[in-house]
Amino acid sequence: MTLKERIIESLQILGILKEPIDEKLNRTIESERFVVLDTETTGFDYNNDRILCIGALTLENGVINLENVFEHYIDQEHFDKSSVQIHGIIRSDVLDHKSEIQVLQLFLDYIGDSIIIAHHTLFDMTMINNALARNGLDKIKNRTLDTATLYKRTLIKSNLIQHKDHYSLDDLADKFDIAKTDRHTAVGDAYITAIAFLKIIKKLKGKDPAIMLYHLFR
Amino acid sequence: MKNTISQRVADFLKHFPPFNFLDQYDIEKLSEKVSIIYKEKGAIIFEENEETHDSFYVVHKGAVELRRKSQNNILDMCDEGDIFGLRPLIAHENYKMEAIAHEESILYAIPIAIFKPYAIKNHNVGGFIIDSFASNTQNPFSKSHSKKLYGEFLEDENMGADVIDTDNKILDLQPIKYSKKIITCSRVATAKEIAKTMTKKNVGAMLVVEDMLPIGIITDKDLRNKIVTGDYSINTTADVIMNSPVITYSKKMTITQAQMAMMKSNISHLCLTKDGTPNTKVVGILSKHDVMVALGNNPAVLIKALKRVKKVKEIKPIRAKIMQLLQGYLDQNIPITLTSKIITELNDTCIQRVIELSLAKMKTSPPARFSWLALGSQGRSEQLLHTDQDNALIYEDVPEIIQEKTRKYFLELASEVNKGLFEIGYEYCPAEMMASNPKWCLSLKQWKELVHNWISKPGKDEVLLSFIFFDYSLSYGDRDLANQLSDYIFGDIDANPIFYVHLVSGALQSPSPTGFFRQFLVEQDGAHKDFFDIKRRALMPLADAARVLILSHSVKGISNTPERFEKLAELEPQNKDLYLSCAYSYKTLLKFRTKQGLLHHDSGQFIELEALTKLEKVKLKATFKTIKELQEVISIRFNPGKITI
Repeated sequence: MTLKERIIESLQILGILKEPIDEKLNRTIESERFVVLDTETTGFDYNNDRILCIGALTLENGVINLENVFEHYIDQEHFDKSSVQIHGIIRSDVLDHKSEIQVLQLFLDYIGDSIIIAHHTLFDMTMINNALARNGLDKIKNRTLDTATLYKRTLIKSNLIQHKDHYSLDDLADKFDIAKTDRHTAVGDAYITAIAFLKIIKKLKGKDPAIMLYHLFR
Repeated sequence: MKNTISQRVADFLKHFPPFNFLDQYDIEKLSEKVSIIYKEKGAIIFEENEETHDSFYVVHKGAVELRRKSQNNILDMCDEGDIFGLRPLIAHENYKMEAIAHEESILYAIPIAIFKPYAIKNHNVGGFIIDSFASNTQNPFSKSHSKKLYGEFLEDENMGADVIDTDNKILDLQPIKYSKKIITCSRVATAKEIAKTMTKKNVGAMLVVEDMLPIGIITDKDLRNKIVTGDYSINTTADVIMNSPVITYSKKMTITQAQMAMMKSNISHLCLTKDGTPNTKVVGILSKHDVMVALGNNPAVLIKALKRVKKVKEIKPIRAKIMQLLQGYLDQNIPITLTSKIITELNDTCIQRVIELSLAKMKTSPPARFSWLALGSQGRSEQLLHTDQDNALIYEDVPEIIQEKTRKYFLELASEVNKGLFEIGYEYCPAEMMASNPKWCLSLKQWKELVHNWISKPGKDEVLLSFIFFDYSLSYGDRDLANQLSDYIFGDIDANPIFYVHLVSGALQSPSPTGFFRQFLVEQDGAHKDFFDIKRRALMPLADAARVLILSHSVKGISNTPERFEKLAELEPQNKDLYLSCAYSYKTLLKFRTKQGLLHHDSGQFIELEALTKLEKVKLKATFKTIKELQEVISIRFNPGKITI
């Protein structure tokens, strides 16, 4: 046992350090490769609705490489006309469609063991995990972060100000002055989420310059 | 791989040279290889002498400054659509300048290996790049480019010391900028040779000299009027077509003199000689354009430019010039009172323009009278740097039936204005103290109810809000509404004297600037650890005390802190000396903050003590004694010890 481990252990025994720090997360935010994702779906029903498109990009030390963008459309059997208006995806619109299982396989290869970032992550992850289950695949076990919750941590805590309970991606785009041109395309939303994430980190750094990766999971 | 984001990158790039010379397919292909990079304000993109990256950069959002360490001044400012860091990649040398994010920026990194084939294949692309290398910049207004007018390039290190840098100096009294390196020819040179040299050196005029003395001048206009018209052949010699004698001036003339001289003789170029007569050596040449550029730093010109803008976006570059002007004032030790008046006036004009442009965007005209209030430091006319926006809106009381419609209208207007102010550089207020917040966009009646609540039931939060709010000043709109509210506040405070006591204890709560041994108290943690917080520890105690005292005398219409102290000195002769030294201290501190802010391109709130000279520290400490004395005076007068808040 190294000295560091011993100190951590004794701090835990004394109750000063609540939970053990995952050593994998004890590094700078810049050194991590994140996958930022968004899904477009036929609706909001976890059981009956389906994923139309998965869009994702990688974020490493503030850089998004466009050569490595994930944007795949899934062939649909279940098809709800009402969501076409939101997403503008019509089945024959995009030529390059793949089967659900193909896209999921590509996606699993793409994310590897990276930390996943999304806006309202629970929704996207549930949709993806349900799709995986339908195809007899395991759930995704990657760590996830949610810009909707992280954003709240940048706000001033004061009883003078009433904050909203819920911040949409539009709210974040407005607050951070991010163009909403490609809003409601999976990759477009993933891009907005990625820039919002970077701006959130900058704000959190203003509060604590020594912020490390594990702080984001508190 | 083609995707939604790469298409968006292509849509952006196609508007800017050299990418606009490429066809759609090529831009799309290129865009697929781009990396998008986010840089915080102050982040370094590359350093001087660093080995080159494999990509060059295009600014998508924000601004990037290029500078050389040795010169410590900005050589170029790249904003949206500008490219930088390309020349070293083509020339295979290390970076010659450093690039720093001047504000939070998003950059597109374009791999040189992908771009190079297009530059070779497409002549327009290659041509643009060669041109931009010659001037060393893409921005026609940048320093290095303007030097082109004198036919000299950045590499001419030898001229550096001889040029008087006027960038930061003041208007009329500025000495003119001239160059020692003058393009000349002899009297027997032919028009053709002259035109060739002028094109090569990229100048608009050439001097004809004999024995180092100027005997004539030939300008673009002469070539056009005399040669191109066919009146003279292109082999005509200089002495035939030149203007003679040359009108000469001394190099010691100011911008205003130069301007007048040009108007008087109706000429576009002035020849400067050693003693101002044609009988001494030529030392420089000055064009009309140079005068215009120099005049860009004049407040009157800036105001005019502001009045002329048609889009909010156009205000931003003017604000950058205002900051330059401010730097100049501080460098020249212009009194801070005068400086803040001029800069506040300019900032106010920016805000007014944003409001006017926002009003024009609304579908209908306002349903009622309204006033737009600036709060906090802008309200006190003490805001010199870019800081957060604090503002509020009062509208006239309207009949019940149109109340909701009116409220909606002003909220919509306020959102538009807040957005516009953000675009020109005012950050959103983190505490949402903005008119677009429904809490701060109220009718006069609602405002009265709100402030009555603060005054009659003062708690900690209410006092804090009063502190921010009671320093308001009118930015735009109806003065009468703002005055009505002021009158109401004074009347209400008189009826509720307990409010003073709360206000005073609030004012005394600002932390003390020095510790037991008179050393500076610095911040203990956070991003500004070991920095001195000049706003909270020095400026705020003075501003808070001034507010309490001025309210107790029911003086309205003065919201500037030093002016408040000067007024107090008049009202209370027994404390005259203290108040005057408070006014002086406040000005000193404000100047400190502003200088620090300009130095670090931030709000100047936090000062790095290490970076101060001994003299500066002594000056700073001297103001603390005054703060202490003042706090004693108000604590005795209002005796806040009796209550706790």
